Amino acid sequence: MTALTRLTIAEARDGLARGDFTAMELTEAHNRAVEAARGLNAFITETPELAMEQAAASHERIRTGRAGALEGLPLAIKDLFCTEGVLTTAASHILDGFVPPYESTVTANLKKAGAVMVGKTNLDEFAMGSSNMTSHYGGVENPWRKRGDNRPLVPGGSSGGSAAAVAARLGLGATGTDTGGSIRQPAAFCGIVGLKPTYGRCSRWGIVAFASSLDQAGPMTRTVRDAAIMLGAMAGHDPKDSTSAPLPVPDFEKALSGDIRGLKVGIPREYRPEGLAEEIAAVWERGIAWLKDAGAEPVEISLPHTKYALPTYYIVAPAEASSNLARYDGVRYGLRVEGATLDDMYRKTRAAGFGAEVKRRVLIGTYVLSAGYYDAYYAKAQKLRTLIAGDFKTAFESVDVILTPTAPSAAFPLGEKMDDPITMYLNDVFTVPTSLAGLPGISVPAGLNGEGLPLGLQLIGRPFDEETLLRVADVMEKAAEFKALPAGVEA
Amino acid sequence: MSYLIQGETGDWEVVIGLEVHAQVISKAKLFSGAATDFGAEPNTQVSPVDAGMPGMLPVINETCVEQAVRTGLGLKAAINLTSVFARKNYFYADLPQGYQISQYEAPIVGEGTILLDLPDGSTRAVGIERLHLEQDAGKSLHDQHPSKSYIDLNRSGVALMEIVSKPDMRSPEEAGAYLKKLRSILRYLGTCDGNMEEGSMRCDCNVSVRPVGEAGYRTRCEIKNVNSVRFVMQAIEYEARRHIDVYEEGGTIQQETRLFDSAKGETRSMRSKEHAHDYRYFPDPDLLPLVLSPDFVANIEASLPELPDEKKERFMRDFALSPYDAGVLVADKATADFFETVARGRDAKMAANWVTGDFFAALNRSGRSIEDPPVTAANLGGLIDLIADNTISGRIAKEVFELMLETGKPPAVIVEEKGLKQVTDTGAIEGVIDTVLAQNADKVAEYKSGKDKLFGFFVGQVMKASQGKANPALVNELLKAKLG
Repeated sequence: MTALTRLTIAEARDGLARGDFTAMELTEAHNRAVEAARGLNAFITETPELAMEQAAASHERIRTGRAGALEGLPLAIKDLFCTEGVLTTAASHILDGFVPPYESTVTANLKKAGAVMVGKTNLDEFAMGSSNMTSHYGGVENPWRKRGDNRPLVPGGSSGGSAAAVAARLGLGATGTDTGGSIRQPAAFCGIVGLKPTYGRCSRWGIVAFASSLDQAGPMTRTVRDAAIMLGAMAGHDPKDSTSAPLPVPDFEKALSGDIRGLKVGIPREYRPEGLAEEIAAVWERGIAWLKDAGAEPVEISLPHTKYALPTYYIVAPAEASSNLARYDGVRYGLRVEGATLDDMYRKTRAAGFGAEVKRRVLIGTYVLSAGYYDAYYAKAQKLRTLIAGDFKTAFESVDVILTPTAPSAAFPLGEKMDDPITMYLNDVFTVPTSLAGLPGISVPAGLNGEGLPLGLQLIGRPFDEETLLRVADVMEKAAEFKALPAGVEA
Repeated sequence: MSYLIQGETGDWEVVIGLEVHAQVISKAKLFSGAATDFGAEPNTQVSPVDAGMPGMLPVINETCVEQAVRTGLGLKAAINLTSVFARKNYFYADLPQGYQISQYEAPIVGEGTILLDLPDGSTRAVGIERLHLEQDAGKSLHDQHPSKSYIDLNRSGVALMEIVSKPDMRSPEEAGAYLKKLRSILRYLGTCDGNMEEGSMRCDCNVSVRPVGEAGYRTRCEIKNVNSVRFVMQAIEYEARRHIDVYEEGGTIQQETRLFDSAKGETRSMRSKEHAHDYRYFPDPDLLPLVLSPDFVANIEASLPELPDEKKERFMRDFALSPYDAGVLVADKATADFFETVARGRDAKMAANWVTGDFFAALNRSGRSIEDPPVTAANLGGLIDLIADNTISGRIAKEVFELMLETGKPPAVIVEEKGLKQVTDTGAIEGVIDTVLAQNADKVAEYKSGKDKLFGFFVGQVMKASQGKANPALVNELLKAKLG
């Protein structure tokens, strides 16, 4: 049965259709894998019984010829998506006991396509972090280990639980959310594919908000094809989200033609800062070569405002977060610590309910929006955001996709970089500009570093052109021939 | 009409600007589909959006946008085709999201004008600074439990229009006239029911004073949430006096928010500027800028009803009414409609007198509303017709009117049943006159010797003898002939 957890989404889908195995068998295998891998702490809530019920219903639909696009396929859901009747925590103490009476649009879409939910995955608290270490439910272990070094590593973040779950074969795929790199960086750290779609491609309705102008849901899978299949089921216009794009959903899988001849691939010179790790530069060079070999044309481009992206992001995202998180006040749901007065109750509840990183960002956000500081910080950041988006717009006049590293390093040991937030924030240096511009980006596993840890390459596309992005990613994935497996997943 | 307050050091002028929160008439809330009915059981009209549940997102209600544009057009104001919703951040137990979605730098409606109808019949223009859309908060109930507060979120998310005037008013009366006129316009437009007691219209008053002749404005205080026209006028009067007293004792006024205690008739400090909230306004990232097409605005403009100012002009022009009468009649649309039904094809001045006189008095006495009047417009018109064609006299008409109130019957039926028809038969009247003159031979002699004033006495006697039914003009004419 182990073999069933090793299938890709495409393989499992076809196997179910052929009747090689049943939806129940497939889900059972994943339930067992989830249970066996508890040491990774990838899940906050496991839902094996619910999964089996859904699998049985899928079985019936397959039997009667009514199978959806993801019928009977076990997925892990980041615990930032509200799921009706299932505890939803955002990995925060402040949402203790919160069971939503509604289902997020994205997970509802997945359900409608027949997907089975094996559980809710761990994440950085309110998706704020790049290591999964800020979770109230504890860090997640990356299933990968350095060669000859058994110290646990971080899976990246914030979608660390989802990335670990997919890498460790606990789900055929998982949902992630990406605000500044939260899908792409953990995908790179865990040797999987992570796609952040164009802002507006997937509905944000029912996803616990971090930074509304940046948050975007996307698939985390083991292959580019799987990402294409899963995105097709997740995406679509939602009248309940005013920022959701009123566009039809293309058949993303069909876009994987394998032919990228004549496409121009932008290589931004600003993404080669001094001190860029040798192994990162090397894998990037390999990526350029693969695409060139496939008939694409690398073009050097400039994204001159790149250096302002991180500071801009760390003003815009905390500003929105400080306001989005105001609703966690102990009045209506979640944690309440009683106090002598209303203000006292707020103070005690939020002091106990939020972790250090969340508090830091709420404070930063409150500061940059304050009277007298707004123009110097928030207003200026908005201007820079426009300039950064303009860089990409100009670049896309001459190229079709852009290729960069996903993260400046491979996964680091659990507990490292926790004392210096700035070092931690630098993890997102290559992913944040894309987020600020609202563009789609995908991380594809490109090889291992000298210590045997996966490294990812990021492709960035034009707005709502996930098709070209996936087509190029598919070609690059085939060229990379990434076959390595993490510890504990037998070859 | 200038309103000046006498102080120890000279005369002072009061400067007033009003911010009115008007609840938009709409079935659903500004950003959710929950209902907005007044008086529902607590927390029964609350969607997950209104309760600030995790992951919930606002979606603009187009009806509310239409209503705001309609109101803007009614206030002769500029409509901004692009406006932006912003978050106003503060913590309170009845504010579930921790912020109110409002409009800050880019409101949907810009500058406009309201014409005040003053008691002397004159008008005065007051500028509108802006109108913006925003969500209402919920309601905290502090009297339900000894140590806890209860929260009712029915109102949370209900659409409000905040209508801000320029500091153009100079007396409590003008402030009162402004509120009445604004309420009248909103009701004509059907965008707000203007019911201050139910809280669907609330007023914040900005008040400052300055010595007569001083340029520029002095520090103002804001009196929050005053809930009747009378209280607004009282609060302004009190506050202006307070400022003058402070200045004249050598003190200074601190900018602050104050509350009006209607029981004591005074204002008191709520919070000072130092404790003022920093609302950290920023554009709401959950909502795109609100962009209106010129057609959308044009369609609303084409559907606007006749508004009080235009109606007043027309009443003055078509019915030759005085500005005062016209102003009184158009203040309420149902009253204006009632009047028009009565006046159509009849003597407009007589119709106006009847409506504003006997009818209003009867309406007040009966405690009924113009929508459910004690006498219908058709019947009142019928009564005027009976006067006009000499079927009854004006005096008998008052009697008929009272019977109409009592019985609800049409005036012609009452006149018929009670035999109140005016006597126009010359012979019959002559008979009555002869009898009266015979009974008062002494007075006739006095009259003939030069006591002209007695003529009225004879008219009175004849009318009395005919039980008021004799046609007064005929009586006059015949009496004059008989008395030679």
